[in-house]
This record gives sequence, C-alpha cells and structure tokens, in this order.
Amino acid sequence: MLLEVKNLKKYFPVGHKQILRAVDDVSFFVEEGETVGLVGESGCGKTTLGRTLIGLYKPTDGQVLFQGKDITRLNRKEAFALTKDMQMIFQDPYASLNPRMTVADIIAEGLDLHKMYRGAARQKRIYELLQLVGMLPEQANRFPHEFSGGQRQRVGIARALAVEPKLIICDEPISALDVSIQAQVINLLHDLQKELHLTYLFIAHDLAMVEHISNRIGVMYLGSMMEFAPSHELMQHPMHPYTCALLSAVPFADPDASRARPRIKLQGDVPSPVSIMQGCKFQTRCPYCTEACKKTMPPMREVTPGHFVACYHDEALQVTQTERKDTHAC
Amino acid sequence: MMSEKQPLLKIDELRISFNTYAGKVQAVRGVSLTLHAGEVLAMVGESGCGKSVTAQSILQLNPVPPTVVEGGSITLEGKDLLKYSDAEMRKIRGHEISMIFQDPMTSLNPTTRVGKQITEAILKHQKVSRKEAYSRAVDMLRMVGLSNPEQRMRQYPHEFSGGMRQRAMIAMALVCNPKILIADEPTTALDVTIQSQIVDLLLDLRQKLGTAILIITHDMGVVADIADRVAVMYAGVVVEQGSVRDLFYHPRHPYTWGLLDSIPKLDHSDEPLIPIQGTPPDLLNPPKGCPFAARCDYCMAVCHDHLPEETEAGEGHTVRCWLQHEFAPHVNNRFEREDK
Amino acid sequence: MTKKTEHEITRQMFEQLPVDTAATTSQRPSTTFWKDAWRRLKKNHVAMASVAVLLLITLMAIFAPMLSPYDYATQDIFAVNKGPSAEHWFGTDTLGRDIFTRCWIGARVSLTIALVATIINVLIGILYGGVSGYFGGKVDLIMMRGVEIIYTIPDLLWVILLMVIMGSGLNTIIIAIAITGWGSMARLVRGQILQMKSSEYVMASQTLGGRFSHIIAKHMIPNIMGPIIIDLTFSIPSAIFTEATLSYLGMGIPVPLASWGTLANDGAKMLQLYPYQLFFPALLISLTMLSFNLLGDGLRDAFDPKLRH
Repeated sequence: MLLEVKNLKKYFPVGHKQILRAVDDVSFFVEEGETVGLVGESGCGKTTLGRTLIGLYKPTDGQVLFQGKDITRLNRKEAFALTKDMQMIFQDPYASLNPRMTVADIIAEGLDLHKMYRGAARQKRIYELLQLVGMLPEQANRFPHEFSGGQRQRVGIARALAVEPKLIICDEPISALDVSIQAQVINLLHDLQKELHLTYLFIAHDLAMVEHISNRIGVMYLGSMMEFAPSHELMQHPMHPYTCALLSAVPFADPDASRARPRIKLQGDVPSPVSIMQGCKFQTRCPYCTEACKKTMPPMREVTPGHFVACYHDEALQVTQTERKDTHAC
Repeated sequence: MMSEKQPLLKIDELRISFNTYAGKVQAVRGVSLTLHAGEVLAMVGESGCGKSVTAQSILQLNPVPPTVVEGGSITLEGKDLLKYSDAEMRKIRGHEISMIFQDPMTSLNPTTRVGKQITEAILKHQKVSRKEAYSRAVDMLRMVGLSNPEQRMRQYPHEFSGGMRQRAMIAMALVCNPKILIADEPTTALDVTIQSQIVDLLLDLRQKLGTAILIITHDMGVVADIADRVAVMYAGVVVEQGSVRDLFYHPRHPYTWGLLDSIPKLDHSDEPLIPIQGTPPDLLNPPKGCPFAARCDYCMAVCHDHLPEETEAGEGHTVRCWLQHEFAPHVNNRFEREDK
Repeated sequence: MTKKTEHEITRQMFEQLPVDTAATTSQRPSTTFWKDAWRRLKKNHVAMASVAVLLLITLMAIFAPMLSPYDYATQDIFAVNKGPSAEHWFGTDTLGRDIFTRCWIGARVSLTIALVATIINVLIGILYGGVSGYFGGKVDLIMMRGVEIIYTIPDLLWVILLMVIMGSGLNTIIIAIAITGWGSMARLVRGQILQMKSSEYVMASQTLGGRFSHIIAKHMIPNIMGPIIIDLTFSIPSAIFTEATLSYLGMGIPVPLASWGTLANDGAKMLQLYPYQLFFPALLISLTMLSFNLLGDGLRDAFDPKLRH
C-alpha cells in the first residue's frame, strides 16, 4: 500500500470559538500504481484533504502512512525529502504558475531546490520534461501568459514530474479547462501513469471524468468519507444514499437517455460545516434517515470486498439499486 | 413546424470585435441565430468562441469601447435592437428580455433585501401598486422553489446559499414575464445536485410562463437535458445548428464530433477519450478558411483557404463544413444513430 | 448547396490533408512582464510626457545651478525684488538672490529628501510588511497593531519631537518623513504577501520543498515590484509636499539653503507685492507632483494584467 490515511482530521478555528471541520475522521488507502478519485461537492473537504496529505496544512489528528511511515510527524529534513516523493498538480493553470518566471525556471524549481540536475544536465532535463508533457523545447524560455490554459496545465504537470515523484495529488486539474482540452490533459495523465508508474490521487467534482480515470473512488460529503469502492462497483452498485443522488444528478450527452434517467432529488442545501452535528452528516437531506442516524455517525464498513460505506441503510439501498439497474443503467 | 412561424428573436450575420492593445480581436464573425417563442436554444462552445459576446450583444451589455459592432442585425419581433438607444434599451432589459449570469452576485445587490430588489424590478417596468408588486414577488419566489418566501423577502443575498441565490436571480429575471431569458452559464458555478435542480426549474418555468430561453453553456450534459435546439460555436462562427436530436444523434461537423468524443461516457467502458488536438485559433488573426481546419482530422485543401457556407443538412439543421459539399469524400460518421 | 463561392471551388481542393496542430499555437512574440508593461506605458502619451517633465526637472536640478552665473546664497542689494528679466529669469528675492538658481538648488534639496525618504520607506515597508504578511497569525496581529499605534500619533508631533532631539536640518526632515510614511507601504506589502501566500504557485513551491527565503526571493518580491513601483511614484510627490509643508511652517532646512518649501514660504510673504516670488517655486512643486501622479496612473494601467490581451 503506497498511502494509507487513518482517521485524518483537519479542523480550522473560525472565530467565536467555532470550529470548521473541513476533514472529519477520514480513512482510505491508495495502492501503488493506481488512481484513486475523490469526489464531492464544494465544501466537502476534498481539497483540504489533499492539501493536508501533502503537508500544506498540519493535520489536527490522525495518521497518514506513506510507504508505511507516518508522515504527519516529520522533522524538517524528512519533510523536505518527502517533497520529492509526493507532488501536486493544481486547479487553476493561471494562478499556479508564477507569472514572472519562464517555463524553464518553473519546471526546474524542484530540480534546483533538490539540487538534482546542474548545468547542461538541467537544461536537458527541462527539454525532456517538456517533451514528456507534449510541449516543444523551444517553448522553454517563454512566460506562462503566452500559453493557453491547457498548455499551462502541462507545464504544471511537468513541474510536478521533475522531481520524479511516486504519488501525485491532482487537485481539480481539469476543472478550469475547456472540454476538448480536458480530454487532452486526462489522456496525458493516463499515458504518464503507464510510462512512469505513477500513483494518482485525483480530486475532482466531475463524476464522469473521475470514473473514467480512477480505479477506486471515494465520495466525500461535509468533511466525511461516505463511500469508498472500486469505480465500476461504485457506479453500478452505489450504496450510500448520497452517492446515489449524486450519480443520478449527472446529466450525460444523450438527450433521450439523459432525460429518461431516474432521478433522486435531494431536498435543501448542504449544511454549514461549522455547525456541530451529531450523527450522520447526510441526515438533513437523506430520504432514509432514522433515529439511529441522528445519534452517531455510521462507521465505515466493508459491505462487500473492497466496498466501504458509512451508512446504516445499505442493505435497503442495495435492493432499490438492483431495481434501478433493471429499469436503467445509471 | 417552428420554422414556419415568425421567430421571436433573429440574429443575422452579427459581427463584433474588440479593440485591444494588441489589435482588433474578431470575437463574433458572422453569427446568425433564431429563437422561437417558448423554445430553449443552447449555445455551446469553448471559452473565447464568442457565445457570451453574442448573447450580451442582444442586450447591448458589452462595454463600448472596446466593443465594436461591425455589422449584422438583432431583431426582436421586427424591432432592430442594435439601433436602440441606451434609454430604449433599458425598457427592453428585464421587461422583454432578461439575463442571468454564472455568478448571481453580479445581478443581486448585496446591500439590499432580496424582496426589495424584486419589487423594485416590477415597479420599474409596470404600473402597479407597491402592495401588488410585493405579492407578485412573493409568488415568484415561491414559483422558483424557495421555501418561506415571505421570510426570504426580508433576507439579504449573503444569507442565501449558492443555489438559492441562483433561484432568487431567476425570480428577479422572470418577474416581469419577459419573452426571452438569456442564461449565461447559469449552472457552471454550481454543484451537480444543485445544477440539476436549476435545470429542472428552468424547464418548469418555461412550461408555466412560456419564456423562451437562450442558454449558454459548455456542458454537453446540460445541453442534452435542457435544449430544444443547439448552436455549436467555434472561433466566432456557428459551425453547426439544429435540434438537440440532430446534434447528438446526427452530428455533421467534425468539431461537434470532437466535443462528443472528449467527454467520458458514463457507460463504464475504459475506452480512451479522443481529444481534439491543438488549441483554438487566435482571433486577433483569424484563419482565412474554416477556423477548425488546423485541428480537424478530415481537413482538406479547400478548408484552409475558404470559409464554408452554412449548408442545410436536414430540416432546421445547418452545418458549416466542406464535408457537406458534393465534391467532398465520404466520411464515416460514428455518431449517426437511428432515431428511437 | 453552396451558392456564391461555387465558381472557385474545384474537385482537387477536396484532398485530405494531414493534421497540422502546430499551426494553432500562438504566434505572438515572446515578451516579459516588464517589456510588456513598458510597451504599454510608451503608448500612454500623458505618462510619457510626465516622464519627460520629470527628466527635465532632474537635469535642471543637477546642471542649472552649475551653469547659472549666480550663486544661490550670494546677496545683491542692488538687485532686490527684481521681476523676471533677461538677467534674472525668475527674478530676485528680497535679499537680491537669483530665484532661478535658488529654485534649482531647491529642486536638488526637495528631490533628494523625497527620494531618500521614499527609499527608506520602501525598504522598511517591504521588510516589515513582508515578515508580518508571511508569518501571519499572532506575529501579523502584533506587528500591524504596531503600525496602527505609529499612525495614531500625528505626523507633526513626530516631526516636532525629532526637531527637539536632532535639531532642524536635511537629515531630520528625511527621518521624519520616513518614520511617518513607511506604515502605508508596510500595509501594502503585507496585503500583497497575504494574497500571494494562498496562491497556488506559492503552494506549489512549498510542496517542492521551497522555504521562507526561497519563496520570498523567487516568488514574492518579483510579484510585488509592480504595486511597489506604483506606490513609490505616488509617495514621492507626497514626500515633496510634506517637506514643503514643514518648510512652510518653519520647520524645514536652515537658511541660506533652500528647498521648494522654503522658497514658497519666502515668496508667500511677498505675495501681494511680488507674486512671481511665489509663482515659480509653486509652479515647480505643482508640476512635479502632477507629473509623478500622472506617471503613477500610467504605471498602474501598464501593470494591470486585466487589461492585457
């Protein structure tokens, strides 16, 4: 197992003695060489989770095991060494590149910090990386604003790849891009994974894309992991009521089928993550909510092999799911 | 059929450019569209393709300068809107044509109660008593699906969640019962569960009020759910236009194919995506021929030198592509599908 | 099918071509941020005129006193209160000194005070604001309260205190302006740094192992130079004005040395009889301040990335 997250918590104080529970007791794992997708709506804590894993935020509690070693309590030297193994690709290709640096210097930042390549070797490595992400060596001395969003994202990918990481956390890497460019970047990530044996943690809100690229998917809601399963399994047998609602809300590019799909309409809005809630995070909008749900948060259980769900009502749902599948594949 | 009727809104050969430091950017290069009463027309395309500029030009919302309308006409029931003065335009806005945006806060005033904003919108265009306006505002809020409308009237926009703000904005846009609602990426900033609620709401309101909707989006899923007709824009021109079934089941333009290929199917297949290579052309120096030529898998010599005309491919289905020409080689269309 | 272009379309034109995506890449010439800003500034005629005026004033301040046949301190009782003429271009003052020479000596003093004080301001401001913004939290809280406390004491009080301790003179004025002025620069820098700290490229640098000094030097300083330069062009004229005010109040530099402030002060006393004595220094003060302000506006437009296309 490359990465194992155990009961990770990240709380932020937000004044008036209130606490924002951005990540609340999240556990999951990532196997070497696979892609794990994290989906959820805005404010579900998926970005905070990614940033906590890579050390941008200090976790409030819990463990993060990277290659079996807890990385939440590292000294400076160890933390610096870890930056070589774990890298991040950011959401906004316009904000994630320093506008005053050339593409070459942006890509080489990690090389320089880790003193990896020097002189001519550095130059060669930059060209190599540019070609690896589908760009031309002669673009090395240009500035970020001279490129389109997709090309900038390629530069961001090259920067992350420069230090030869094992795990890359992709924080919404395509949501700021146009549809036709999204596919380019997704294919690039896919090819790089095969070529360099990379492991991805892919954070996104676009379920279709996440399903496309991931081997395993975690669904988050209000700071908690609701369901974690292999992606085909999750798509075909979603067990958590929230996952079902989320899946049914995604339209797809087929007017007849999309309009005919059965829909689970959620009532109301996502509650504020600041409010302290007893029991299941989804209770306010859940059609299956019972007294038990209001008392304690359901623990993550492995219902079928590899399929984890944090819900008391998965059996009931499994039945309705099979019915749904008969009427229409979701 | 619809095409026999007089269209509600007709955009003809619209050309718009921006004067920038670097030169003249030709954002819209000859767009013709029609919108019939009660219909939902979706404009799809990538950022910079001119879809928002076209929509905003209907209400003259593009800042002048740098915007210059180079030619063409926009006709609302026989009235040429491009000839309207600012004062005349103000009477159209909100009354005959309303617009909603991606960010609701661009149209909601953060310092004024939601109720007051909606009532003011009514009083601006209609001679009714304040009481009457108030009760109509409450009805409208109820119609867009906000619970406790009386209480909501007294709240400020920041007390609303993102989805509720969008609903309030839609209520404000529709309260004077306009003939056309222009929705510029209304669901882009929203989460998918809220997005589907808003799509449902717009369709529901179209049913109840008979408002024609011009929706701008880049999400093919939303298009599939909401549109009656679709116009696909690329680099300032409409490359394909037709009914939603034409577009998804009988697409003819390689760019439309490319768009459909770029999105993953939710059918659990691991087929790789087929992206469109390259990037859209720089509209500072738009290509002489078909703007998509450089990225097109089926590009021919003619494509680089001549911009294809809009060609009829079926009833109400037009395509701007040389593949439609009689000399063109036959191309196997993977997307062609039998109608169910 | 196609109507009007039919005649020029031939069958040969319908041969398939290979895809050439290279043609779609941007063909705009490569430019750096600074080159781009300069290009835009050059197009701004008002800003360029301001630059010309400022250059002229600076050149005159350097060379005019050297070339002038008169000395700024030499009195000539035979030429008292003479109006502008061929010998004395700006006339003479009550002690018969050549106002033209004195104006440019005044320019030297005023500009030196403004430049030195502003540079001190900026250095303190960057350091203080940078530390405050970067570390944030309690450090930020305490440091920013410090700035506010300094702000609550009126500028004039600072100056009077310094005068008492150091006596009046060029250095005192420079220190006085620097002490009262660095707070706004510190706030500007702090705000910029706070904003940048949460930007994705700084985060990217952190995930690559970049530490405080690296991030400050590589990412933050280059990115705040724009706003700092703009602020600089606005604070130079305000320093000139502060100096003029202080001199006018009699807290300026000692006689017979002159600054624009003292010249204006002397001129004001004779305003009803010899208005030209006030007119020339006042004109120079106004012209300089106006030029700096217009240049600052121009720079703001030139640096604003929102306008770029």
